[in-house]
Amino acid sequence: MSMTMAEKILAKAAGKKEVGAGEIVMANIDVAMTHDLTGPLSVESFEKIGVEKVWDPEKIVVMFDHQVPADSLEAAANHITMRKFVKQQGINNFYDVREGVCHQVLPEKGHIVPGEVVVGTDSHTCTHGALGAFSTGIGSTDMAMVFATGKLWFKVPETIKFNITGALKDYVYAKDVVLNIIGTIGADGATYKACEFGGETTQKMSVSDRMVMCNMAIEMGGKTGLVEPDQKTFDYIKGRSTKSYKVMKTDLDAESLEAMDFDVSKLEPQVACPHHVDNVKPISEVEGTDIDQVFLGSCTNGRLDDLRSAAKILKGKKVSDSTRMLVIPASREIYMKAMDEGLLRTFVDSGALVCNPCCGPCLGGHIGLIGPGEVSLSTSNRNFKGRQGSPEGEVYLSSAAVAAASAIKGKVTDPRDL
Amino acid sequence: MKGKVWKFGDDVDTDVIIPGRYLVLTGEKELAEHVMEGSNPDFSKKVQKGDMIVAGKNFGCGSSREHAPIALKGAGVAAVVAESFARIFYRNSINVGLPLIEAKNTSKISQGDEVEIDMDKGILRDVTTSEEFEVVGLPEFMLQILQSGGLIPYLKENLAEIKGD
Repeated sequence: MSMTMAEKILAKAAGKKEVGAGEIVMANIDVAMTHDLTGPLSVESFEKIGVEKVWDPEKIVVMFDHQVPADSLEAAANHITMRKFVKQQGINNFYDVREGVCHQVLPEKGHIVPGEVVVGTDSHTCTHGALGAFSTGIGSTDMAMVFATGKLWFKVPETIKFNITGALKDYVYAKDVVLNIIGTIGADGATYKACEFGGETTQKMSVSDRMVMCNMAIEMGGKTGLVEPDQKTFDYIKGRSTKSYKVMKTDLDAESLEAMDFDVSKLEPQVACPHHVDNVKPISEVEGTDIDQVFLGSCTNGRLDDLRSAAKILKGKKVSDSTRMLVIPASREIYMKAMDEGLLRTFVDSGALVCNPCCGPCLGGHIGLIGPGEVSLSTSNRNFKGRQGSPEGEVYLSSAAVAAASAIKGKVTDPRDL
Repeated sequence: MKGKVWKFGDDVDTDVIIPGRYLVLTGEKELAEHVMEGSNPDFSKKVQKGDMIVAGKNFGCGSSREHAPIALKGAGVAAVVAESFARIFYRNSINVGLPLIEAKNTSKISQGDEVEIDMDKGILRDVTTSEEFEVVGLPEFMLQILQSGGLIPYLKENLAEIKGD
């Protein structure tokens, strides 16, 4: 039977020869990730089941990234709960406050390989589909079931394959492509579907860019993002992971496959406007909007490519006195590379604040919150009302280049105009 | 089940249901104090046990935070009726024992109306206007979880079978 990549991965995980969209399967989990914010509820639920030991401590990864270092007594208490759990259960894959954002650290540390099923108590777990894994966000009680049994049930999703073609213009990036797709199909345009990104433009994208695409799959309701593994995938994994893996690809005649074509050759930089991620406009319609804070970072656009494109624009320039800029590399590895390349120097020189690797203002729970009436321009993935602090604030989403150009002017700025 | 309606629109996201700054909390009652704060600051003070939320499409989009259905349940919300639900929120709600009802044309139901839900018969009725709405039933497997009172009690009953699956 012809199957999609998502179906093939779930069939393998369920120990079946074939599965079809709509079928409910019980899948064996290869990697289960939880973090400091949703971990305590997962532990609380796990303890209620009455099983003493987790199914396999080597397949569990615990990350601290949302509130690092602890910014409140509650956060400190949550950290203590998770450290105790890690010790009790003998979990070796534990990354304390220093390592960075989960969706960057997991692939960096070799936890992600093609063909596996990855779950995480974070909706942006879909990022890991960039390396060809079926990877999805789950809640804390589902995670408790995984901790206890190593299994979780899934309804096998249908797949939308986005065939992306055309060369991107200068200063147009993967973020603009995915915002354009979300703006076109809407915040529920891919509800419970696997979003597979393909076509020549995706093939030319770096692994880092593919992570941007897959990261945002949830913003159109997707169950997972996916990119067919190729040499770039294998090169990324080499030296990071010692796991053996199986590469699975979508059969083009698979029954549950729907194709959508996107020609991005004429695409302009895109901006998602308040308060919904699918409220996407070309930058020309938003230019000149005053900005109080610029955030460059997150699991969407806090990677080295993003820091490089922003630093290129900021070099020798100053962040406007009417705004403030926060730069948060997504991981310690990126932080150190950015340091070696002199990028951090450029940011600090320009007047930006460089913070430790963490989720930062993205979720409005840690540093860099915005107040009533303030406007944030952010390279992260959500602009919901109250997302970065006050419900009376506003959040715009863009690429790193737009963020850097806008920081210089203190208003939404097209980097091509500088 | 019968209750008073609190009306919301399309794409009610989990940041509106419970903002990120409260995720350090895990208790049902503490979370309930801030539920829907971003959209309707009066909600948490005025909602009564047994009240229901009626919304448009894509309710619960966004984060995987289980704090969202926990906060709604903690506030006394008996069920959420919407035209469609985001999938992580959908699973989380069933897992914590918060009933969700998928129904068409929910825009015909108004704030303050009284609605009645018969889960077994799959009927939603606006008592105030006497209008009836067709309900999309839960898959059998999810219904079992909900009937057990959530995923944890379901697991306790079926653990050996699942582990040896």
